[in-house]
Formats: sequence, structure tokens, C-alpha cells
Amino acid sequence: MPTTAPTEAIAHYESLAKQRLDHGPAWLRPIREQAIARLADLGLPTRKHEEWRYTDPARLTQTNFTLPSDRATVTAEQVARFAIPDLDAHTLVFVNGRYVAELSHIGKLPEGVTVLPLNDALDKHRDRIEPHFAEEGEPSSKAFTALNAALCDDGVFVHIAENKQLDKPVLLLNIMAGTDEPTITNPRTFFLGDANAEGTIVERYVSLDDSVYFTNAVAHVEAGQGAHLSHYLIEEESPKAFQLSTLLTEQSRDSNVDSHTMLFGGELVRNNCNPRLNGEGGDCLVNGLYMPTDHQHMDNHMRVEHNAAHCDSRQFYKGVLNGHGRSVFSGRIRVEIDAQKTDAKQTNANLLLSDDADATTKPQLEIYADDVKCTHGATIGQIQDEAIFYLMARGVDRTSARAMLVYAFAAESLERMQLEPVRNMLGKMILHRLPQGDMLEHLLEY
Amino acid sequence: MLEIKNLHANIEDQPILKGLDLTINAGEVHSIMGPNGSGKSTLAQVLAGHEAFEVTEGEVRFHGEDILEMEADERARAGLFLAFQYPVEIPGVSTMQFLKAALNAHRKERGQDEIGAVEFMQLVKTKAKLVELNQELLKRPVNEGFSGGEKKRHEIFQLALLEPSLAILDETDSGLDIDALRIVAEGVNQLRKEGRSFLVITHYQRLLNYIVPDVVHVLVNGRIVKTGGRELALELEKSGYAELGVDEEAEQPAAAR
Repeated sequence: MPTTAPTEAIAHYESLAKQRLDHGPAWLRPIREQAIARLADLGLPTRKHEEWRYTDPARLTQTNFTLPSDRATVTAEQVARFAIPDLDAHTLVFVNGRYVAELSHIGKLPEGVTVLPLNDALDKHRDRIEPHFAEEGEPSSKAFTALNAALCDDGVFVHIAENKQLDKPVLLLNIMAGTDEPTITNPRTFFLGDANAEGTIVERYVSLDDSVYFTNAVAHVEAGQGAHLSHYLIEEESPKAFQLSTLLTEQSRDSNVDSHTMLFGGELVRNNCNPRLNGEGGDCLVNGLYMPTDHQHMDNHMRVEHNAAHCDSRQFYKGVLNGHGRSVFSGRIRVEIDAQKTDAKQTNANLLLSDDADATTKPQLEIYADDVKCTHGATIGQIQDEAIFYLMARGVDRTSARAMLVYAFAAESLERMQLEPVRNMLGKMILHRLPQGDMLEHLLEY
Repeated sequence: MLEIKNLHANIEDQPILKGLDLTINAGEVHSIMGPNGSGKSTLAQVLAGHEAFEVTEGEVRFHGEDILEMEADERARAGLFLAFQYPVEIPGVSTMQFLKAALNAHRKERGQDEIGAVEFMQLVKTKAKLVELNQELLKRPVNEGFSGGEKKRHEIFQLALLEPSLAILDETDSGLDIDALRIVAEGVNQLRKEGRSFLVITHYQRLLNYIVPDVVHVLVNGRIVKTGGRELALELEKSGYAELGVDEEAEQPAAAR
């Protein structure tokens, strides 16, 4: 349980929650009340809490964030800056946490598919939303999922009916535009696929400037029997921003969920990922890359829960750290007593590009079943001198050789992504973040 | 073309080369033979510019230029090529991208434009044939999943692609069966031309049946102790290094093995 942080922070959030109580339909009010009561009960985490030992949440809990007030003006041209080349998508644009219809283009949807801004879905789809609105997820982030439930202003609801498919991805573009006060937004995503449904959702978080704010996002992904869902998170928050994102997935029998996370921006980022394999034969892929530089801190907190037999989980998280960048990888695989024949694999590899960068990795297995296959591996290293020498011995200069090797290390994460336009864009973004990476660009187009 | 005078080199403070002299003229093929641990591979690595080796004394001139101050990539672009004894596997780096980067680095040095995609493919195809290299391999990451023989052929293929003026073959024969050895040697022979020199480093003379050297040197304990024609290699084959007063077992400093 989180230990209680200064009561002022809780009191502050309680006062914010009061402003939100009447936002949305009447049925939501008691959920919000319960959520804030739960937050008060849990308290906010501090560093004394084991799961926050390597990431100091003080900055998150000691800043008096306010709710975004006026809708900032963002132009279509500014939105266009964040277009993903060649990606045809049902696009929903959010500015400072709120849906902006004029900037969005959801377009025509296939039969059996619903894509709505959350506020338009609360009543129409109450039966699918209500049971999960107060969802808690893994223990260390309960306080923040409660905070999200209490303060949530907007989000998205995507539902794919049985045997139906999304014809193209749903893109959520979350744009923060400068505000005078540090603000908090609490976006909520519901991505639900019934039996044999298929679809992809891309959440992208960007900022127009370098203001201070806190994004406390929660995504609930539910894959029915035999469903195949993909979730992408591309985080490019302002260099002074905080992001805490929690991905909760629930998988039924024979379903398939893959999650891809790319962390680029933010001052302090905590990425909670909590897949729950609840039906036999489920399969999940948890893939990610984080690239902290300067004084960025990126914490990836995984908890894969095998609750049924014959499920496979694959986790591949990689970090490229530069400057004074810091990262934490905490990966727990929990295999319940009934989850026999579990096949779980976890790897975390970190590449340190500077002496001041620091990576902490903490794999943990918690296994209550006896017939399982669980492996984990973690590495922290530098670029191999022998590989640099080999490239240089062929005439490639040292800087390009280094860039090639770092790119190769990072780009492995991209190979697991199905969505080619996203993969291509991320490849370029990785290059732009590497020392001298730009010079490789023409080469990689080959 | 290559002039080495009184070369001394250490690895981790342990002296390996102890006053080596060697001159190779344009168009000549020299072979260096010697027991394990005598410094053969060290010489290759020092010439190519590996940083793990520290040159403590002596000079190396290549085309009249002092190369000891040059980085490995500058030496490569100046026309010095090392075919590695143990080519490194580089996961994630596509072989084609790597080859193109290398070739373009050379072209830039020579003041040429970057090579076009079509021309590049054509060139790769032609050069791959030379060493019977399966082009499917080039779709993989550099050297990853290549067999020992494929790695060696890949080295010679790169030699053909980059067209250096001096090629150092560091035990290119090690680990090759007779067919692979013949293919590699034939590839090399086709690349012999006026003005291009070779330094063939080998422990056994069998490679020299295929790549016939002009000059053979025997390296023992970091120095060249004997130089002769190709018949010297045959003599060594017959009588071993013991004739030269070498106890092979004792001649293996740990760091050079």
C-alpha cells in the first residue's frame, strides 16, 4: 500500500474532485465519490513504498496541479504537425484533455464498430463503462487510477462487436497547449473487442511547448474470446511534463493482445502495464522502448498476470539512455495456481550511451503453479567495441558506426510492430534522438 | 606501399611485437607464417588500427603516409583492408545497409557521388559471384547466422567491393574445408592485379598452394626471423617451426592466443 504523502496533496485533489463531481451523468457521481474516498484512504505513494523506491513520486504529488480551464486554441496546422505519414486512421484530437470535434475526423465506421468521445458514450454505453470506471489495476498505481476516476474529464470509447473488425486504426492525438498553471489531465480510454473482434488503437501524447503538466492516463483494453487487439502508446510529452500511464488489459480465452510503448518525452514518466490473461490459450506481447536523455526519468512497471492455463506472454523492453537519463524496469510475472502450462518470457536490455546515465532493472517471478515455463533476462551494457572496430575497418567513421549500432539496438523494438506507418515514423524519431543519427537517415531508407 | 620499421606493440602492457620490419611493394603478395602466439594477428590488428593495441615504438608508412596516427576508418578509406579472422556478428545492422555505408564512405573519400540503388545492386551481384556468396545472406544482419565459411567468403566479397590497394588476410583459411578454401583463394586470385598488394597471414602453408606468394616471412616471438621465397613455406610445412628453434608450446603468451 502506498504510504500517505502530505495530507495537503490529498486535500488539494479532494477539492479538485469536488469540481468534477457533477461532470457526466448521475450514475458517475457515486463512482467519483468512492474514488476520491479511496484515494484519501490509500494516500499517495512516496519513495518509502517499495514499488516507488527508484522513482521519486514527490514531484508528482507535491505540485498543486489545477484542472485545465479554458479550451486552448489549437489550429489545424498545429495538429497537422503531428500527422503520422501514410497513416489512415479514425482520428480523435484532444486539446488539454478535451475532445475537439473540429480538429477530429472519425469518418465512416464499419458496421459493428463504435468510436465515440467518452462523454458521448457515458450514457449510451453505460453497461460497458460503469463496471470498469473505478478499476484499480496493479497495486502500486491504485492511487492514480482512483485519481483518474475522480477527475477524468474526457477520453474515448471504442467498441468492436463480435466478429467485426476496425478497418483502420483509431488514433488518439492528445495535444497539450501551454497553460499558465501546472495542469492535470486524466484521459481515459476504453478499447473493447467482443469475441473474434480485431482492431488497433494508437495513443499519442504530444505538447506544443515545454509547459509543466501532469498526464494521468488510464487505458482499459478488453479482448473477448478469440479477439485480437493492438495498443500503441507514443509518449512525446513536454520536457517538463509528468506522465503516468496505466494500461490494464483483460483477456478472455484464445485472445491476443499486443502492446507497444515508446517513451521519448517528459521529465518523469511512469508506464504501468498490467496485462491479465484470464482465459485459456491467451497470448500477449508487451513491447517497449524508452530513450531518456538529459535528466529524464522513465519508469516501466510491468505486471503480467497469468490467471488461466496455456497462456503465453512475451515481454521485450529496451532502453537507450543518454546524458543523465535514468530508467527503471520492474517486471513482475505472476502465475496463479491454476495457470498451468504457462509460457512466459521477459527480457529487458539497456544500452548506456553516457557515463552519467543509469538503468535499474528488477525482474521478478511470482509462480504458484508447478508446470510452467518462465524466463527472464536483463542486461545493461555499452556498445561493443569490437563491432565499432569492424564497421570502422570498412571505412565507416566512428560516429556513424556508433549511431548504426545504437539504432540497430533500438530498432529491434520496431520489428515487432505491425503498423508500418507508425514503425517508419518511430524509426525516424529514434534516429533524431541519437547523436549524429540524422546522417543515417538516407541510409536506412534504402 | 607498406613500410614497417622496428614496430613494437603491446596489449594490456604485454609486449607482443618486438621490433618488426617489413616492406611490401605494390603488386606483391607476401605471406607471414608463424606459430600460434607469435604475433601474426596482432600485426594485422595493429595495421588496421585496433585501439586495444598500443604501439610503443617504430613506424608504419602506407603509401608514404604515417598511418599510426590515423583512425581505423581513415586507414580503410586510404586503401587498407583487413579480412578478419573472426568477423564480428552485428545484430540489427542490415548487411546491405552496412555495405552501402562502407562503399559510400570510400566513394566520398575519392570525391565520387553516392552510388545509386540500381548500380549498387548490380555491383553486389557481380562481386558476390566471385566468391560464390549466396545473396540471401546479405538480407541478414551483418554476419549473423553465417557459417564459418560464409563469414570468410563475406570478408573476401567485401574486399572485392571496396577494392583496397592493400589487403591483409588474417588466417582466412582457418576453419575452412578444402572446397571453401579453394573458393576463397580463387576469389582472392581474381582480385590480384597490378598495384594491389596482399599480406596473407597463415599458420599452415596449404592456403599458399592456392594463393602463391612472392615472399614468405616467418614471424616468431614478435619479430621476423626469416624471409624467403615460396619454397620457405614448403620447408616449414615439412620440418615445422622447430627448425627455427621454436618450441610451439612455449611460444604462446596468454594475451596473444
